[in-house]
Amino acid sequence: MKIAICVKEVPDPTAEKRIDPGTNRLVRTGENTLNPYDRHAIEEAVRIKESGVETEISIVLVGPASAARTVDKALAQGGDRSVHLADDGLADSDILATSRALAALLERDAYDLVLFGQQASDAECYVMAAAVAERLDRPCVSQAASLTLDGSTLRVKRQVETGYDTVEMPLPAVVSVSDAINEPRYPSLPAIMGAKRKPHEVLSLADAGIDPDTVGGAGSRTTVRGLSKPAGRGASVRIEDDGTAAEKILAFLVENKVVV
Amino acid sequence: MKERICSFDGLDLSDDQRDVLEAIRGFVDAEILPTVHQLEADDEFPQKIVDGLRDMGLFGMRIPVEYGGLGLDLVTYALAIAELSRGWTSVSGIVNGQYIVGGMIATHGTEEQKQRFLPRLASGELRCCFSMTEPDAGSDVRAIRMTARREGDELVIDGQKMWVTNGLRAGLIGLLVKTDPTADPPQKGMTALLVEKEAGQEQVGGLTIPMPPLKKLGYKGVESVELVFDGHRVPASAILGGPDGEGQGFYQMMSGIETGRINVAARGLGIAMRAFELAIRYAQERSAFGKPIGQHQLIQAKLADMATGIEASRQLIVAAARKKQAGGRADVEAGMAKLFATEVAQRCAEESMRIHGGYGYSREYEIERLYRDTPLLLIGEGTNEIQRLIIARGLLARHAV
Ligand SMILES: Cc1cc2nc3c(=O)[nH]c(=O)nc-3n(C[C@H](O)[C@H](O)[C@H](O)COP(=O)(O)OP(=O)(O)OC[C@H]3O[C@@H](n4cnc5c(N)ncnc54)[C@H](O)[C@@H]3O)c2cc1C
Repeated sequence: MKIAICVKEVPDPTAEKRIDPGTNRLVRTGENTLNPYDRHAIEEAVRIKESGVETEISIVLVGPASAARTVDKALAQGGDRSVHLADDGLADSDILATSRALAALLERDAYDLVLFGQQASDAECYVMAAAVAERLDRPCVSQAASLTLDGSTLRVKRQVETGYDTVEMPLPAVVSVSDAINEPRYPSLPAIMGAKRKPHEVLSLADAGIDPDTVGGAGSRTTVRGLSKPAGRGASVRIEDDGTAAEKILAFLVENKVVV
Repeated sequence: MKERICSFDGLDLSDDQRDVLEAIRGFVDAEILPTVHQLEADDEFPQKIVDGLRDMGLFGMRIPVEYGGLGLDLVTYALAIAELSRGWTSVSGIVNGQYIVGGMIATHGTEEQKQRFLPRLASGELRCCFSMTEPDAGSDVRAIRMTARREGDELVIDGQKMWVTNGLRAGLIGLLVKTDPTADPPQKGMTALLVEKEAGQEQVGGLTIPMPPLKKLGYKGVESVELVFDGHRVPASAILGGPDGEGQGFYQMMSGIETGRINVAARGLGIAMRAFELAIRYAQERSAFGKPIGQHQLIQAKLADMATGIEASRQLIVAAARKKQAGGRADVEAGMAKLFATEVAQRCAEESMRIHGGYGYSREYEIERLYRDTPLLLIGEGTNEIQRLIIARGLLARHAV
């Protein structure tokens, strides 16, 4: 079983996000780290491996050369090897361009399963898994809350607003996992120190056979035309407790269909 | 929080060192800080935290790689202890026995002793305590009275030890005894023993651990106990370093003490960092006289002094650790780091408490625990009075005219 996990380097999620007013883009010059949502995908792959299925876990990352430390963090979390596409020509890639680059990397090896985190904590787009699956022409499920392998069939419990869908899909497939699927373990200190010694493959666009015109700024279709603050929340309802607060809260929740 | 308070910048650390420290900080933030308040209030042993530290491989930090440890350098070790102590200094106390006794075995043990103990110490399967102090001998280690007399292939131990941290849960005691009570000077008749026992048992052979453990102002969650030996028998192979180790115990124990001082200094650093974090947050959240208290100059002076002391502690600790790591004697440097960093910790805990006003005195606020946990650091691993003596003696020897 070959599993690839696509991981992203993001600005430290505990730091405040800043937008460069000149470019309208997120400032990425501060401390960067592994997208926290991707840790759930890595953990899930490790659990598949620990269940006794012979598995090789590859960490796949598209990002600048400086993201090598993030690759190591992902490897410490549980990868066996890494593929890092690092090329200046990738700068300014949007989802369209990045998904093209990822798909090209994923086509180089015959992965049975490609895992993603549910979203990246910087851009919060939630769509990369679907975009990559489309390019690879593979089935795709998002928001996976549990994975069960049965030979070459994958059963996925998928979290939806009203409960769970259970979906069966043939491998190879692409899945983005929800952050409720597991509790990622803390990487052990030996794993952290051993990450650097695992096989690292660092590729340029040319190495990966990717046409530079299809990625980076040239291969992107997104322009940020403007930025605005999200609309504020609606007026809040204040309930004073005169002994009937519980009933009032319940009535409010029923009225707003939060509980039925 | 925008920029991380108390970052690892300015210490010239390698990526490996930073990664290890960041992993520990992440663990402390997620697993220790949210639970420490209740655990300490209940004086409860933090089993889940200890299990997590075991899984991370932290028990083997200082054990050589060939015996299953990580063989981390002293700088990483010291800063890791500071990180743990930032969460809860008792947690660094729980792992500390491992480091002291593990270090003694790695340095002075026979090959058989290394094989027997080090892998289990590294994994955390075997826990350790370190026992020198007696009711009538603390600072003055030469005054200990406990004896071990030889009978055939066995040693028979009699006497009482005091303040043995981890003493109940440990399966191995690093014990200082007198094998030649007539020796002059007395330290020449002292021997270090590796005494195995059943972890958690209050009575094993001639060894009794009176319950309940000693009651303490702080440093809760980890037991400190008395050990009463009454004709307790151990095989003669318990002597650290084999037959040649007889009469070497005092020197063997003292050789590890520089590392021990760096350890306590680092605990001080950790508490000071946490006290400062709490203070700088509270100073911006609490208002008085129409503005956040952090805008009043007298509060600003406290913040500035705290942060300056913390930065200086950190540099002293790293400098002492680097010197010791490079193989030089670091008695003066380790003493300075211990003295300075623990006094800074005490001051930071108090200043942070003052910044918290009346709430700082409330059991509901974390700073109250830090205030109770710091005084031990002034006393343990050589009181700060003794540190001054060591520093001065070292300086006079180095600069003798
Ligand atoms: C919570 C806790 C945990 C501990 N854990 C351990 C442990 O795991 N293992 C262990 O072996 N010990 C442990 N100790 C013991 C600790 O190391 C001793 O308490 C410490 O060394 C001081 O010894 P003492 O208490 O006998 O004080 P004393 O030595 O009696 O000192 C009393 C005072 O006299 C001062 N003084 C002594 N000699 C001089 C001098 N020459 N010049 C100037 N001033 C001097 C001291 O600085 C101090 O102020 C622990 C203690 C505590 C409180």
